[in-house]
Amino acid sequence: MTIDPITLSVIQSGLQQVCDEMDLSFSRAAFSPVIAEANDRSDGIYSAEDGSLIAQGAGGLPVFVGTMQYSTRTLIEMIADGRVAAPQPGDIYIVNDPYLGGTHLMDVRFAMPFYRNGEIFCWLSNTGHWPDTGGAVPGGFSASATSVEQEGLRLPPVRLFKQGQLDTEIYSIICSNIRVSEQRIGDVKAQAAALLVGEARLNRILDRYGDDVVSEAIAELRERAAEQMRANVRLIPDGIYRSTAYVDSDGVVNEPLEIRLAITAKDGELTFDFEGSSKPCMGPMNSVLATTHSSVYLAMRHIFPDVPISAGAFEPLTIVRPEGTFLDAQYPRPVSGCAAEVSQRIAEAVFAALVEALPDRVTAAPAGSSGNFALGGHDPARNRGFVMYQISGGGYGGNSDTDGLTNGCSTIGISKAPPVEIMEQQFPVLYHRYALREGSGGAGKQRGGFGLDYEIELLRGQATASFVMDHGRFGPQGALGGKDGKPNLVTVWQDGKAMVPEHLSKAQDIPLKPGDRVRVGTPGGGGYGNPADRDPALVAEDVRLGRYSAEEARESFGFTGSGTTQEHEVDKAPVLAQAGS
Amino acid sequence: MSLSASTAPVSSISTNEGVETSNVAGIDVGGTFTDLVLYDARSKTVRLAKTPTTLDNQAHGVLNALEQAETDLGTLDLIVHGTTTTTNAVLERTLCKTGLITTAGFRDVLELGRRTRPKPYGMKGSFRPVIPRDLRLEVPERLYADGAVHTALDEEALRSALHQLKDMGCEALVIHFLHSYANPVHELRAGEIAAEIWPNGNITLGHSLLSESREFERGVTAAINASVQPLLRRYVERLADQLAGKGYRHDVLVMNGNGGMVSARRVAIEAAKTVMSGPASGVMAAAYTGRRAGIPNLLTYDMGGTSTDVALIRNAEPAVSNEIEIEYAMPIHVPMVDVRTVGAGGGSIARMTEAGLLQVGPESAGSTPGPICYGRGGKEPTISDANLLLGRMNPEKLNSVSSTVSLADIEAIFLDKLGRALGLTAHEAAAAVLRIANTRMADAVRMVSVSLGEDPRDYALFAFGGAGPLHATAIARELGVPRVLVPSRPGITNALGCVVADLRHDFVRTVNKPLAELDIDMVHALFDEQATEGKGLISKEKVEIEELREIYSVDMQFIGQTHLLRVPLDNPRPTLEDLQSLFEKAYFHRFHVELPEIKASLVNVNCSVIGRRSEIDLSLLIDPDGRKETLEEAKTGQRQVWFDGPMETPVYWRDHLPISAEIHGPAIVEQMDTTIVIDPGDKAVQDADGNIIIELGASA
Repeated sequence: MTIDPITLSVIQSGLQQVCDEMDLSFSRAAFSPVIAEANDRSDGIYSAEDGSLIAQGAGGLPVFVGTMQYSTRTLIEMIADGRVAAPQPGDIYIVNDPYLGGTHLMDVRFAMPFYRNGEIFCWLSNTGHWPDTGGAVPGGFSASATSVEQEGLRLPPVRLFKQGQLDTEIYSIICSNIRVSEQRIGDVKAQAAALLVGEARLNRILDRYGDDVVSEAIAELRERAAEQMRANVRLIPDGIYRSTAYVDSDGVVNEPLEIRLAITAKDGELTFDFEGSSKPCMGPMNSVLATTHSSVYLAMRHIFPDVPISAGAFEPLTIVRPEGTFLDAQYPRPVSGCAAEVSQRIAEAVFAALVEALPDRVTAAPAGSSGNFALGGHDPARNRGFVMYQISGGGYGGNSDTDGLTNGCSTIGISKAPPVEIMEQQFPVLYHRYALREGSGGAGKQRGGFGLDYEIELLRGQATASFVMDHGRFGPQGALGGKDGKPNLVTVWQDGKAMVPEHLSKAQDIPLKPGDRVRVGTPGGGGYGNPADRDPALVAEDVRLGRYSAEEARESFGFTGSGTTQEHEVDKAPVLAQAGS
Repeated sequence: MSLSASTAPVSSISTNEGVETSNVAGIDVGGTFTDLVLYDARSKTVRLAKTPTTLDNQAHGVLNALEQAETDLGTLDLIVHGTTTTTNAVLERTLCKTGLITTAGFRDVLELGRRTRPKPYGMKGSFRPVIPRDLRLEVPERLYADGAVHTALDEEALRSALHQLKDMGCEALVIHFLHSYANPVHELRAGEIAAEIWPNGNITLGHSLLSESREFERGVTAAINASVQPLLRRYVERLADQLAGKGYRHDVLVMNGNGGMVSARRVAIEAAKTVMSGPASGVMAAAYTGRRAGIPNLLTYDMGGTSTDVALIRNAEPAVSNEIEIEYAMPIHVPMVDVRTVGAGGGSIARMTEAGLLQVGPESAGSTPGPICYGRGGKEPTISDANLLLGRMNPEKLNSVSSTVSLADIEAIFLDKLGRALGLTAHEAAAAVLRIANTRMADAVRMVSVSLGEDPRDYALFAFGGAGPLHATAIARELGVPRVLVPSRPGITNALGCVVADLRHDFVRTVNKPLAELDIDMVHALFDEQATEGKGLISKEKVEIEELREIYSVDMQFIGQTHLLRVPLDNPRPTLEDLQSLFEKAYFHRFHVELPEIKASLVNVNCSVIGRRSEIDLSLLIDPDGRKETLEEAKTGQRQVWFDGPMETPVYWRDHLPISAEIHGPAIVEQMDTTIVIDPGDKAVQDADGNIIIELGASA
């Protein structure tokens, strides 16, 4: 090694800073609340040779960990064999094709070659979730799509900016195929401007330290990140760790989809094998390969958050290509559920497999659903159409330190849910409750966090409700003797009559009239450890605060107190018997 | 191009009658020390005091400080006080028992938050709501989003809930209803009924502090206000009594987080506004100092033992935010000086990562055990230890702190824990620790600056806190900032902020209309209303005012966007065209994007009314009689200080420097509360107020 370790650290933080500034710039200038508020975007630096990840913004949406290196690699390959026009300085490619290293169509990627002395030194790329890219339903989450064409406009890599200028011809094609297109120019400019911010910052680093030194540092950092991940992975004793996780259904065929995972730990490396998982499905719960990879990476980063995100950190993680399963979807399988839901089931499978080997680091399963609920219709008071999206959190898994968090964000997201007051300002709805879902946390020594319980009434006009959620059939898994959290529950009242959708957590275009209501209970987190070992004072506290009924506390924890006195009687025998069964 | 913050001095300067405030004490209670600046304009003297903070009752420390400065309370005209009472109560959750009454179906809003987690990666973490679930009760009532009544307030249910909370022993009460910002009718009625039943005045209505939508943020703000209100009330009353008992005859003013101050008699009503007032007053002092020094654009860098705070000052006006989150999921949405804590301080620990890289922080040795050099059993190398080892801090100080640790001990630990792995000597390793720490901190400062839309290179670095001036030149160099300003008393900047603080009231009104539909006369009327209310409040304070002025601004966005951009106005009569073009300019300045395709909308109308007090002569902060004639006389010695390697470096005593001293680096300037490092090639000049202004050279 010729580069000194101090300069190495300084360059590492400089590259990280470039990405963080791109993230910041993108969010601040973006139009869509999805990007501006929910930070559903990510920015990074990718190698010129094969698109491998050099650095990525710390505030990027977790599900994008890793995906852009696949899209950048594909782009480089397509340029090399002439399928895509070669770049000029100032060009920016746009692409959203899921099968070319992507997620779903709404995640639109920009990629810009970064030049030094006339040569491409690396690529800068970012992804932003656009609110709409056309297709059968507003927002793109069609629960009953059976091919990608129904999900929206699919763009191969094309140069949207040519030598710094927006190609208005391409842009007009895009605008003619998506909803609310007049606002997209704000996101397009923000997304491109973020890359230019990155370009300027990266140039300054190269000017200061020299291109050769930085290149050398990048190579060295990659090796060291791999070493750091190996050191972490060595905490897992060699062996094979198995788990299973289920997606409720694909939205079209009402049968569960199975994710089977076997993780082999050996000499500081992990191999992830999904053999035996379900076949590709009819509905939109297929995952493309890049998303499957990214889901594994984000799960590992949740477990080892200190390892910087880079291709090096992924080196000790081998993912066997899950050919022939729904985790390696091919054209034209529909894929809108992959980033929001399937990815979280994959992460859950990784957590469930490793929790026994890493009991201090891994939690019981979190709610793991983005809770997408779209209500589209016409508001006669304003004489215009509307599309409302409600996303929701759920309980996190109990863990070695604490009970699970209540109403936590999806595993793959970092976005906030919109306030009820804002929703009611914008849409003809009234919320009758927005509450902690009592009894939903899975029992355990450290119990799961609680889900959310909300109920919405349509006030006027007419509308249709669509859901893409999950964990309706089975609750999030408990760990180390803990119980599962309560499953997701959707109830729709039409003319005062209650019904539960056939696919439980997924449905499309359920018609609603004024006065009709939708109530959603989101999943509670899985419990951690044997419920009989829970401190009775904590159970009493939960009963006193109404988080569990006395009945639930007795059944789940063997608790016989009332929650109002200081004396707690616990009958451990029945719970122990259950735990052992 | 830089948009200047706009100020509009009014033509007639109103001086409140019969009040003279020339003998002023500013007292800041910090986590460790209580600092005092006593300024007497008549005799042209300043006295300073520093005493340990008395955490159980801060008033003791305050009285101790006054005593140490030999204050004659009988002739004192004004005491301005910064207190951490409310900040500590929130951060340590030592809050008063508080009950919440809210809309049926929504009692869990305070516990559910906005569906977040503490960190982007890692599925662990926990959250404790300000008010526990059993003290959150619901009553039937409901408004639509436009303020129309959906369900009338059930007054019987309300009375019963009030009695229930009273019986459960709640001392304070929050009434927080959905959409009260649109129509406060139910909250006001509930407040009337509560006043009959509730045993004390500790009642906070949700819309009263913050009349904006977003039920979680408004609710938490109100809940924090209520649950610190009795504490603050008791504290200021007791303090006022004790001061009166010792002969003080005037009002005590308390610092708010917006950098203004308000009478102790009224401060508890909006107690939440005092949270984070300490850091805010430091920034106010920086703005004041910078304005007088002719350097009005500053990035403030306040580095202490356990944390580092950064803020941005444009044209002598600190950036203010309405959206401060004081910790995870704890928003306080009232206007506050936008001070960001960017990381640890001198106690940050350096270690080798599994990847074989040197890393500084985020772990900190805190104050116990603290750095090795504290002699309290710390065994991990920290930034402070590196400064000491490299001679940047005076090694002789080690002896005064502790007899149990020697420089050789620190050297051995640096060699053992870092040097060997890096193939460096202990001194080289310590230099590496500083280089990495400075890079990281410079990155953090840059992010603050960029997130506020400013290029740090257009700013000067204002260094204060015990460790700020040790690192300032290195960080400025890293940022490309050309100048560093070190005020004469970096260790008591917050107390100075109390002395120079303005009277200030901030007003925000939500309008939320596209420009195309906006009635501009209504905006003008709102500005007038806000200005009148602010002037009225200031005229009630018994404080001498030199100048009364208003700052007008609007918050705007393009339709469809969620982020707001603050657009300063130079008068309260903008036309619609003015708003459009000022917004476009501000937007381009911030984002380098032009969007002629999209229409703009006006969200908030803001006005701050500021009463500026008479000018303070900062040159008195260092006793003019103590200054020497020549630089040579101010020199106390020299020692080896490590820059790129060891260099023989002169050491000066700050209080002895001649008033227009010029120092060429390398040099060290020491004073009671800090050490200033001037790198080789840098040139430092002391100005008339006693600030040291360091112009960075090209080298080092």
